[in-house]
Amino acid sequence: MDAGEAALSRAPFEEVAHEAEPSPRAPGSGMQAPGRHRADLAAVRVAGGRWQDDLRAVAMVWRRELIRFSRNRLRIITSLVQPVLFLFVLGTGLSSLMGRGLGAGGSDFKTFMFPGVVAMTVLFTAIFSSVSIVWDREFGFLREMLVAPVRRGALVVGKCAGGATVATIQALIMLALAGLVHVPYSPSLIFTLVGEMVLAAVMITALGTALASRMAQVESFQVVMQFVVLPLFFLSGALFPLRSLPTWLAVLTKFDPLAYVVDPMRRAVFDHVQAAPAVRTLFAGGVTWNGWTVPIGLELGLTAVVAALFLGIAIYAFGKTD
Amino acid sequence: MALVRLRYPWSVPSATGRREIPGAPARADEAGSAESETAIEARDLVRRFGTIDAVRGVTFEVAQGETFGFLGPNGAGKSTTISMLCTLLTPTSGIARVAGYDVVADRAEVRKRIGLVFQDTTLDDYLTAQENLRFHAELYGVPRSQTGPRIDDVLEMVGLADRRGSLVRTFSGGMKRRLEIARGLLHSPRVLFLDEPTVGLDPQTRTHIWGYIGELRKREAITIFLTTHYMDEAEHCDRIAIMDGGQIVVEDTPEQLKASVGRDRVQISTPDDEAAIAALRERFALDATMSEGMVAFYVAHGEVFVPRLFAELGVPIKSVSIARPTLDDVFMNYTGRTIRDAEASGSERMAASPWMRARRR
Repeated sequence: MDAGEAALSRAPFEEVAHEAEPSPRAPGSGMQAPGRHRADLAAVRVAGGRWQDDLRAVAMVWRRELIRFSRNRLRIITSLVQPVLFLFVLGTGLSSLMGRGLGAGGSDFKTFMFPGVVAMTVLFTAIFSSVSIVWDREFGFLREMLVAPVRRGALVVGKCAGGATVATIQALIMLALAGLVHVPYSPSLIFTLVGEMVLAAVMITALGTALASRMAQVESFQVVMQFVVLPLFFLSGALFPLRSLPTWLAVLTKFDPLAYVVDPMRRAVFDHVQAAPAVRTLFAGGVTWNGWTVPIGLELGLTAVVAALFLGIAIYAFGKTD
Repeated sequence: MALVRLRYPWSVPSATGRREIPGAPARADEAGSAESETAIEARDLVRRFGTIDAVRGVTFEVAQGETFGFLGPNGAGKSTTISMLCTLLTPTSGIARVAGYDVVADRAEVRKRIGLVFQDTTLDDYLTAQENLRFHAELYGVPRSQTGPRIDDVLEMVGLADRRGSLVRTFSGGMKRRLEIARGLLHSPRVLFLDEPTVGLDPQTRTHIWGYIGELRKREAITIFLTTHYMDEAEHCDRIAIMDGGQIVVEDTPEQLKASVGRDRVQISTPDDEAAIAALRERFALDATMSEGMVAFYVAHGEVFVPRLFAELGVPIKSVSIARPTLDDVFMNYTGRTIRDAEASGSERMAASPWMRARRR
């Protein structure tokens, strides 16, 4: 009797509690039912505006870049052709021109070129990803993003994060070829290189985004390639050592932000291969300012500052686009 | 359309106890108090492009829950007006408020409360239908627990549920437009703007889309503002404003507008139209005009008049047609020409539309 009464009195209470608080194990479905039954007429709501909403926008724009990248297998393969040609055709040609290796362990000019070619992969993939904004504009999707109630900065940060991730993944595929050019798969080397790749990717994507915010036509992409990307690439020291250059060229290379990423990457590689000291000084001697060798920390710090600057410009420029 | 008092759907206790709950009551109040407000309010809106006056002083109001249509030929200034209301274009002068907020001063607030379906497609072709919707839901801050069910709802509504996983590039024009309408609704906006929702679509798809819009009016407590240059489509609106040459010529319910014309439209074709027009004026005191290659005029009772016409006109008649008033006649009554004639002469004004420029780029 006592037990039965207790059970009777508890039952309704439990049911009420259950109604007010649907099972936490079924999110989605728990929400859906009350929302549907409340009224046949769905109500209006006010969208976005809080910082959490901006974070979601960043994550979603980033995710879209990755979805588009993973869906375009052909692009992944074709983007590998160019660096592979540079490394194994141009690299082999230049190696035989020099007639000898860089030292013991079979390393040669290809070993020197390897970090440069990895940086090149980052450069081209990152620029291509960020300049795709121009295609978004052409096909209208940019307007879908621009009219959304999120801060423009969130869109830019998401786009840069996406482009940088894609560029890093693409460069990782190149990094996997290290063994073919006598660069060891040392965890510390790979860790260092990946960190520097990410930094370079962020900087280049931010630059590309800033440029794309001002580009109205797809044709402008060619202009960016010729006037920005190729000079950045050739002056970065990716293909030849920056030591013992004629003054005019040496001066130009000091203004190439990519040079300050290629150099630390190369020094990291040379830390892990055997090379005669003279060879090492020539090929991985570091960037110098008026005879002073810039330390790696400063080089990377400088790159980070330039990346932040480009990002700031991109956010500012996008705030002005309509 | 009757207004139904609504509860804010997101204010129900969240299953996962997420943080949208604390914010919800305030927003629910806001949604509730806004019901009595005017959804759209425009006063003396003007927009100039260089020397061209695309919109020259437009004033109107749209009540909450109403479906309001802008009807007019291409180049009448409909798209320019809609872009100003959506905060995409700054008015040269005049004031507009959408959902209670000024479209210039409170741009961000307006954007949080509206849904847009553009004339040109703005979908990502390389994403699936579902991914396009998910992207939109994330950018418009739809509560996470609601995103899935809401996407299911809108896909179901436009009949694309079975194609949710297909890349948008494989979609036909009509499917893309349906997906865009679904996306415009996804975040439950207070006002949905549809700029020419059926332009360039085949008649069957147009009928379908109007079916969805009708369904939408039944299911969602939203105000719909749309533009069209198809007369028959304007019949779906609660109220329409006829626009011509950047101005509103007349504004009322479709029924009232048709009643205001009041007379039947008679069209005859004759071997000598000039003589027929002259004869109509002399013998019947009727003002006839040429329209689409026929002599057209209005009389109170067409079926009674036609026998007299044959007997007394004095000009041979090859064919005759009588029609009850349509919106076409309303347009003709107020502007002196048919919408198709207006299209032909107005095509150069299309250059003023920002959408057209964007498309050409």
